[in-house]
Amino acid sequence: MKRWITGLLIAGTLTAGPALAQDQQPVRLGIDVPYEPFVVRNAEGNLEGFEIDLGNELCARANLDCTWVEQGWDGIIPGLLARKYDAILSSMAITPERERQVRFSLPYYNTPSVWITARDRDIDITDKAALQGLTVGVQRGTIRDVYVTQEYGDILNIRRYGSSQDVVNDLQAGRLDLTFEDFPIAVDAIDFREADSPYKQLGDSIKTPTSIFGEGAAIAFRQRDEALAERFDRAICEVYADGTFDDLMQQYFDYDLSTPPSDADCAPFR
Amino acid sequence: MEQLNAWFTDLLAGNAIFTANTLGFYWDGLVTTVQLVFLCLVLGIVLAVPLAIGRGSKRPWIKWPIYLYTYVFRGTPLLIQLYLVYYGVVFFDGIQDSIFWVVFKQAFYPALIAFTLNTAAYTTEIFHGAIKNTAKGEIEAARAYGMSKPLMMRRIILPSAFRRALPAYGNEVIFMLHASAVASVVTIMDLTGAASYVYARFYAPFAAFSFVAVIYLCLTFSIMFCFRKLEKRLLAHLRPRGA
Amino acid sequence: MINFQGYGPRLLEGALVTVELALLSLVVAVVLGLLTASAKLSPNRLIHGIGTLYTTLIRGVPDLVLMLLLFYGGQIGINMVTDQLYYAFDIDIFINVNAFLSGVITIGLIFGAYMGETFRGAFQAVDEGQMEAARAYGMNPLMAFRRVRFPQMMRHALPGIGNNWMVLLKTTALVSIIGLSDMVRVAAEATKATHEPFLFMIPVAAIYLLIATLSEWGFARLAKRYSTGFGESSEWNN
Repeated sequence: MKRWITGLLIAGTLTAGPALAQDQQPVRLGIDVPYEPFVVRNAEGNLEGFEIDLGNELCARANLDCTWVEQGWDGIIPGLLARKYDAILSSMAITPERERQVRFSLPYYNTPSVWITARDRDIDITDKAALQGLTVGVQRGTIRDVYVTQEYGDILNIRRYGSSQDVVNDLQAGRLDLTFEDFPIAVDAIDFREADSPYKQLGDSIKTPTSIFGEGAAIAFRQRDEALAERFDRAICEVYADGTFDDLMQQYFDYDLSTPPSDADCAPFR
Repeated sequence: MEQLNAWFTDLLAGNAIFTANTLGFYWDGLVTTVQLVFLCLVLGIVLAVPLAIGRGSKRPWIKWPIYLYTYVFRGTPLLIQLYLVYYGVVFFDGIQDSIFWVVFKQAFYPALIAFTLNTAAYTTEIFHGAIKNTAKGEIEAARAYGMSKPLMMRRIILPSAFRRALPAYGNEVIFMLHASAVASVVTIMDLTGAASYVYARFYAPFAAFSFVAVIYLCLTFSIMFCFRKLEKRLLAHLRPRGA
Repeated sequence: MINFQGYGPRLLEGALVTVELALLSLVVAVVLGLLTASAKLSPNRLIHGIGTLYTTLIRGVPDLVLMLLLFYGGQIGINMVTDQLYYAFDIDIFINVNAFLSGVITIGLIFGAYMGETFRGAFQAVDEGQMEAARAYGMNPLMAFRRVRFPQMMRHALPGIGNNWMVLLKTTALVSIIGLSDMVRVAAEATKATHEPFLFMIPVAAIYLLIATLSEWGFARLAKRYSTGFGESSEWNN
């Protein structure tokens, strides 16, 4: 009942200037759930994971009170621009197309992408001719979608899904020959590094070209919220400088996904 | 103002969204949509004709199961039917190793099956209504000629029922074209799938979806136009003379 | 009882969302339909043209595409306006097109076009002489509409409204695609998490059938009421 009454009122709220309000009002962080181990909703209904811990740490350092808002991937940038939340902290890679829409922070982690297939399949990912007609699954609108479309568009049969969970589901159902997945997601969902896993990695992990894969994942802000973005940039420099990032990373991962900002990037904050 | 300007130049000049590449996606989407809709309509008719005849049968064990089928498929959303076929087939034991998997592995065929079952249910009811409304005189005349029941069905009842069903069936064709947009949720790159892709890639929902809306509009009008023509030809005997 | 693996309460909530959404959209559709029918019967060519354009455009485009356009595109459009306000006048307004609201508006907008056609036919079916008679009795226009035109119009409009309602009900399933937690979305999520499509999809389908069946019964009763004085209920007919 209440839901549609508020809905009917078009939820129009007036605030008096965001710059002034930031210290009092909580900063809302948008995130696409689940994306294990970065974020997952536990049995009690709370969000947890690497990005939740990292986000809370950054907020504490920036002296901000933060809350999390759940948002599906397809609508995550429009949602930011619509001010449903004030920043996206959801493993979003920096890309030129996105930079036209949002202001990115410094990257806070960088992971490669990997090709995954069933363990008993014999596929040579470097031999493009042999890939003809195979089906690959990717999450729609991600950098991996862009890469596969650009590099393998006329060879592979590409199926694009709304969420990474849907990709894994169809891989397990046997509908896909391959997936091209973010490394940590693949480790977590498909467990391909274990010897008894039914899946395996094909070829090398892929991080280039940078024109597609970017410099890593960063927090996205509305372009006009420059001041807010700088507070997070400073916090990212700090967690890298004092080792907090590495500690946090080791809690969740047994591999390195850090991308320490350069001295030049952090110079303004010293 | 700057933003508005940028938006306009994007829209008018050689923009970043509608490149040869994305237009290719739309074209493939158009082909997929037309294939999917055309195939499901043809298969739907093939199923619907015997079902419509059976639906008018006097035997309850023929009549009621058909009615139950049309009732269920007309009373529930196509999206649920699609989910059931798409996710459901995986749970038949051993289907992955059977010859059927070649078919069910892709998204196209589960969607085609769901769409066919759906449109067949509606078409059955349309044909059933048309058969029921056959003029008594036509049947009496056929009987007087000594026609057997099957012959009468084939020569008299069905041809005139098809003509009468034409306007309603035209609506069903348009309905199916529009309903086929849900195919995109199981990753089929139909017209809507192509638009969703362009949207997700460039964050340009307005351009991506209004472009595809115009394509659907053109398709709808073409279908309407064809059915008008067809009705004019086939229902010519019902028009007042000289009109 | 069926074991819904913990998804039972959410399924129920989803069912409630579906019903709320359908009823609210129906209200929007009826209001828009009455307006459209009046527009299409208007002697003013511009108003008539707008009515025709609206029904033609809406009926030519799939529901899902309209919904995506309004949900994603509408938000961007509003943002451009509010951003201009912010840059130009430093006014910071936040208008959030939430999924429920855009669902109601889109479905209402779509079925407003269909209702418009239904009502237009129904308006025309009421004999003008009846309205003249009402005026002759000294009824004001509002009273004449309420007492004379509306009850007679409803007799002709009811089958169309009933039909539109049945289609509208099923169209609500599409809001699951734009992220609204109606019962279809809950069932889809549960299916993907538990790999049990039949367990969740079939009960949801059954709820749709139940609502459809109840509505059919309700419309039959309404039809009977509004056709009092016509057809079988009148003993003077023969």
